[in-house]
Amino acid sequence: MTEVLAIPNGHAVARADLPRLALDAFRALVIGAAAHRRRVSALFGVPPASGAPDAASIELIVVLADDDTGLLECASTVVGEDGLASMTPDCPEVHLFEREMAEQWGIRLQGHPWLKPVRFHPSHRPGHDAWDRPAGTWPVVGVTDFFRLEGEEVHEVAVGPVHAGVIEPGHFRFQCHGEQVFHLEISLGYQHRGVERKLVGGPGKRTIHHMETLAGDTTVGHATAYSQIVEALSGTRATPRACALRGVALELERLANHTGDLGALAGDVGFLPTASYCGRLRGDFLNATALLCGSRFGRGLIRPGGVAFDVDDGLVAQLQNRLSAAEHDVTDAAQLLWGSSTVMARFEDTGRVAPETALALGLVGPAARACGLRRDVRKTHPSGVYRMVHIPTSMAESGDVFARAYVRWLEIERSIDYVRTQLGELPRTSPRREPAALRPEMLAVSLVEGWRGEICHVATTDEAGRFRSYKVVDPSFHNWTGLAMSLRDQQISDFPLCNKSFNLSYCGHDL
Amino acid sequence: MWKILLSRLTQGHRTVAYPDEPPSLPPRFRGHPTIDSTRCPEDCRQCVDSCPTDAITKDERGLALDLGRCLFCTDCTDSCPEGAIRFTTEHRMAARTRHDLVVRSGMIDRVRALDGKMLRLFRRSLKLRQVSAGGCNGCEADVNVLGTIVFDLGRFGIQMVASPRHADGLLVTGPVTENMKLALKKTYDAVPPPKIVIAVGACAISGGPHAGHDEVHDGAASVVPVDLFIPGCPPHPFTILDGLLGLLDRLGPDRTAPRGAQLTER
Repeated sequence: MTEVLAIPNGHAVARADLPRLALDAFRALVIGAAAHRRRVSALFGVPPASGAPDAASIELIVVLADDDTGLLECASTVVGEDGLASMTPDCPEVHLFEREMAEQWGIRLQGHPWLKPVRFHPSHRPGHDAWDRPAGTWPVVGVTDFFRLEGEEVHEVAVGPVHAGVIEPGHFRFQCHGEQVFHLEISLGYQHRGVERKLVGGPGKRTIHHMETLAGDTTVGHATAYSQIVEALSGTRATPRACALRGVALELERLANHTGDLGALAGDVGFLPTASYCGRLRGDFLNATALLCGSRFGRGLIRPGGVAFDVDDGLVAQLQNRLSAAEHDVTDAAQLLWGSSTVMARFEDTGRVAPETALALGLVGPAARACGLRRDVRKTHPSGVYRMVHIPTSMAESGDVFARAYVRWLEIERSIDYVRTQLGELPRTSPRREPAALRPEMLAVSLVEGWRGEICHVATTDEAGRFRSYKVVDPSFHNWTGLAMSLRDQQISDFPLCNKSFNLSYCGHDL
Repeated sequence: MWKILLSRLTQGHRTVAYPDEPPSLPPRFRGHPTIDSTRCPEDCRQCVDSCPTDAITKDERGLALDLGRCLFCTDCTDSCPEGAIRFTTEHRMAARTRHDLVVRSGMIDRVRALDGKMLRLFRRSLKLRQVSAGGCNGCEADVNVLGTIVFDLGRFGIQMVASPRHADGLLVTGPVTENMKLALKKTYDAVPPPKIVIAVGACAISGGPHAGHDEVHDGAASVVPVDLFIPGCPPHPFTILDGLLGLLDRLGPDRTAPRGAQLTER
């Protein structure tokens, strides 16, 4: 096997120890990943050193996750002016990573089957543009080629960027024959705020706030991933109490969102009892997080070195009581759903994603588990409290809307148990330890199982211990194409239902 | 069928009595901050320097805090050795002008209602189109919550509608990314006049944590005229509801409880 550096989740290594592979060996490593039961967690270009923004070559780093051993295999290579032959034809799960590196660093990719912009911004490396666009031009978002179907009575439906609901913007193009969808193409980038670029040179006083708003509904997930990065790079260990409270907050975040999703799915098939109850119950879980830290979304709670808010026995009792009440009501609301034949008729066999497709695209989170893929970072790459106390992985087989809904319900049950257990046995240590300065010339990888799936952060530091690069991979980045595939051969009227069953992040993708 | 009816009984009635009764907010909730500049040591600028969004400034009159920039984080309160800045659990913070959001002491004024014709038109029926222009889904989520049975926005005659053509105004979230600027402008133009714009959250008011990025335009006012600013990151649903009801003069004349009554020490 090719030389790689294998590290556990939440560890840092010296940059000098990262194997620098020849381009061919690097390509072979990535292409062979799936055959060796590895997943591509991250694949990205690293900005050139600050003195050479228009450098002729750019470094690529890949992080492959081995779910069997719990190790993360890292390697790098250098790409010159010639670019590289696309790996997507042999390894579809890198298709978006390749489009991203072409857009960000102007890397030429020969043979990519669909090399389009991802976020519609100019190249970050002046003088290098994968599409040879004139310097300084800003591509208009959404103005691009779309996959088209030709034929009699074939028609195209375009939706967005502004949607009908209270939801983030994105553009969806359906190729239809009557009601039947042949293909859906999703074009995003409207939410691009330039966060990754601003993280370079950090950590600064805005860094944690950027993390908390990468995807606002995943504040705890991303802030935890970032905190693990800082702890790894500085050689600080979060206290046991902090780890337990982070686990509580992460599961509360999962509970709120999964409950909201069950309600939204019920609403989309017109089953109002569960839609109404879950809308309220979602808020009850958010309010539990607000009891912890004052913010319904967990803003201000997770900080490098630990947590910024502690709990006392009174607060723990209050949380336990609320949890029990919510458990009773959410069970009732969910059982109504599974007991309704009209709901089940709409959920079952709608928006099916085949396991082979999920594997090829590298899906993560509940969307992957609903296809029978055993992918859960809490189990396979545990960090923090999940190393000590395990949580069962919730699985389904059918890959349809029902499976994605049912996995959520199983996780709701298990997360409630987990929170209850953690609150019952909180370690009696301090909640936070001040992290030391970041060590220079290091690389760290951090994975967290957010409610949508695997969150991956990869950071490298420069000679002064500042971030030379900071890569964020939100689970949505892996999963948007899964949603597109789920629509194939479905009725276009099933799009809202399929979309809710994935409930992906726009800003987490657009960054 | 019987199970559904039985659930209906056990799940109970959950709509809050707001605005007739004050909201119940958690003790750690960070609402309207208060400033006591008399506590500030002469040369101290700890809070000013710690603020991630430059919401705090200091001059000869003392400290000033711009609620439109504030993320309601604890960076200033943690940095202050004297406790000069404290968060209260006061949720009412909406204002009609950008200038009104700057706090020096005490609480900001109650939100001023629309006047004349606009009030007559919208007081009992306001349809809004929501546009997320780079929002992180925090503000969007807590606007969405107003539609649940807990807040039941419909009882006030306020409704989120699917098309700008059906709307009386826009509710904008997010810092307005370059990539959403045109869509926001087009959506605004599609709303028939007279129309209003409501900016919800630090991003839509000032750019929030993304202020100054090349890729964003630092808030809704860069593209459309804004009639109501609702601060927060994200604002609590009660803060949004108070702003909307205040704008429509629906809070009632008797609701003048002294502000800051629920002042809590953090």
